[in-house]
Amino acid sequence: MSKNLINGGGALIRALADENIDLIFGYPGGAALHIYDAIYQQNEVQHILVRHEQAAVHAADGFARATGKTGVALVTSGPGATNAITGIATAYMDSIPLVVISGQVASHLIGTDAFQETDMIGISRPIVKHSFLVQSAEEIPAIVKKAFHIASSGRPGPVVIDVPKDMTDPKVTFEYKYPKDLYLRSYPILGEADSAHVFEAVKILKEAKKPVIYAGGGVIQSNASEELINLSKMVGAPVTNTLMGLGAFPATDNQFIGMLGMHGTYEANMVMSEADLIFNVGARFDDRITNNPKKFGLEAKKIHVDSDPSSIDKIINVDVALQGDAKLVLSQLCAEFKKSELENADLKPWWKQINGWKQKHGLNHDMLDLENQNEIILPQQVIQSLYKVTKGKAFITSDVGQHQMFAAQYYKFDEPRKWINSGGLGTMGFGLPSAMGVKFAFPDEDVACVTGEGSIQMCIQELSTCSQYGLPVKIVNLNNRALGMVKQWQDMQYGGRYSSISYEDSLPDFVKLAESFGHVGLKVEKFSELNSAMEEAFSLKDRLVFLDVLIDPDEHVYPMLEAGGSMSEMRISKKDKTF
Amino acid sequence: MLSHIAILLENQPGALSRVVGLFSQRGYNIDSLSVAPTQDSTLSRLTMTTSENPETINQILRQLFKLVDVVMVQNLSEAEAHSIELAIIKLIASKEKVEKIISNANKLEGKILNEQDEHTMFEIWGDSSNIDALLASLKDEEFLEVTRSGLLGMTKGSVALNTNDQTKISYD
Repeated sequence: MSKNLINGGGALIRALADENIDLIFGYPGGAALHIYDAIYQQNEVQHILVRHEQAAVHAADGFARATGKTGVALVTSGPGATNAITGIATAYMDSIPLVVISGQVASHLIGTDAFQETDMIGISRPIVKHSFLVQSAEEIPAIVKKAFHIASSGRPGPVVIDVPKDMTDPKVTFEYKYPKDLYLRSYPILGEADSAHVFEAVKILKEAKKPVIYAGGGVIQSNASEELINLSKMVGAPVTNTLMGLGAFPATDNQFIGMLGMHGTYEANMVMSEADLIFNVGARFDDRITNNPKKFGLEAKKIHVDSDPSSIDKIINVDVALQGDAKLVLSQLCAEFKKSELENADLKPWWKQINGWKQKHGLNHDMLDLENQNEIILPQQVIQSLYKVTKGKAFITSDVGQHQMFAAQYYKFDEPRKWINSGGLGTMGFGLPSAMGVKFAFPDEDVACVTGEGSIQMCIQELSTCSQYGLPVKIVNLNNRALGMVKQWQDMQYGGRYSSISYEDSLPDFVKLAESFGHVGLKVEKFSELNSAMEEAFSLKDRLVFLDVLIDPDEHVYPMLEAGGSMSEMRISKKDKTF
Repeated sequence: MLSHIAILLENQPGALSRVVGLFSQRGYNIDSLSVAPTQDSTLSRLTMTTSENPETINQILRQLFKLVDVVMVQNLSEAEAHSIELAIIKLIASKEKVEKIISNANKLEGKILNEQDEHTMFEIWGDSSNIDALLASLKDEEFLEVTRSGLLGMTKGSVALNTNDQTKISYD
């Protein structure tokens, strides 16, 4: 037998190795057994066994967000595939490059309601960038090549490869060759934008008296932070980042005015409503940003840089569309800006106005210094303590809810890829498994999962995976004994009728729970203990520490945009609002 | 307004469901759809009509083109195009009566296909709106069955929805 002969399972894993993948997350099962046997017989690709397929996809996702590489998850057919769906949808909504390989029942059983059969291609169709059903084993290397290309290029996204069991049959062998090139009939990837549009955009940028730069996750995807900073410095405009864009522009820079949108800063939302130019790069005028699109930026010209033509004019019509890759387009704009002989408008009056807003209702980043006689811990203080102890350098993953917004508001991200959260789909349970993926990629960096006692219970089984692989992530649990964000809405819009948000009597003892998995659990109940506990957690370099912080159960996230209103219609506190 | 869209699609399993799924997933309506293979066995051609506003049509075209399996998209409504629809209709009526219906039909051509036990089947082709009008004019007690092809269309002149191009993407 020639040494190049290989079966489908072997080809699949070798193709992953040829894509420089050395780590995949997964969970075995019947239809994937041949693939798992192939994994066993090699040592280039390490397989991480999670405790639930959703976590496998989230871990691959966290790995991808932190590194910029494509993450890989492997699951079996049927329930393995359906459990992966939430993870795939999460990655799809945030445009994260993933390749998800699912086992499938053998070809001749497809359509017979066979054991553990589900139509993975059909079920995943609306939430993938593309998908492949393997129809002959020899195709596997070419399909893997295409899958990685599609997942990682243009506007990235998840790609599913569904592999019927007979495609990986050890008895069916063929000669393995990983293709250098691939052929796709219609898959345009945008590069630079039309130069006439760049020229027009620069003219508008220079003329604007009240410009704002609104940057989203696309800047991070495109590794365009440097170009964004360069352009922002030339224009001198305030810069706001979306939830997905945090870190794309340094939060400690003077031009940064915080996150915008639903729980954005007062000044960022005021800037958006009063601006005469909204320059959007790598964001998509999401409904959490625009509030009521009919009342959005009525006075402003709009420029939109996006690599996905279908994002242009989808929600908000723009004056200049720069279709292209953010990094390349921002470079074009910088070059044109330098070349242009037009005078820059005077932005001093604009900044005076902005600084006024900041002083009036800006976030207080010094809440650790507040007098605190009653020892009640505010969630904002926990994030500020985390920021202080990690010196702003940690990777922060989060789940979904109030804690996520507090982390986004108060942890000042200075670098891209440090803030890992489910922005689009809003998936509770994302935090811990994504933190695992980040920790595998950056074992020497601090990785913290900011979560709540609701979210953490959605993927808490991964504490076991963390034990198995010795992953010393830090879990910062903002424990308010209720589903805080739902409770906040019920407070504000449902007359305080707390429907199904409470489980206080049945919460686990998180300290004991963590200890039962071999981890360290720390409980913090008093403000005076907060900083020292946080320091202790991060000083235990080799241990997973579950920091269970009992916070004020009545705190709300502010500012908050008023539903149906404009971006200037905000609630500032329980008592104050702008409208 | 009814828009008419032609699509060249990879002849791959699941490709059609991606197109149809896109419409339901994003809340667009499909009024008619016809699919058939082309001269190139690796490609299918779809023609569909949808009654959405022009902004939505633009979004539909962009979303369609984003699908990896969609090779080309053409908005026939914005081009100079010829379009036609075929219908097969069965009436509880004599051959003679149906011949009269065909000859009186406005701007439609047709012919009788079969008559059996006072049931007459005929085909008719032309503009969809004229087929609508013909169907509306039929008496309820005579009408039995109709099947329509959906609108088919093609641009006039040299512009064609046709490709053999494979883009080579090199990783050397």
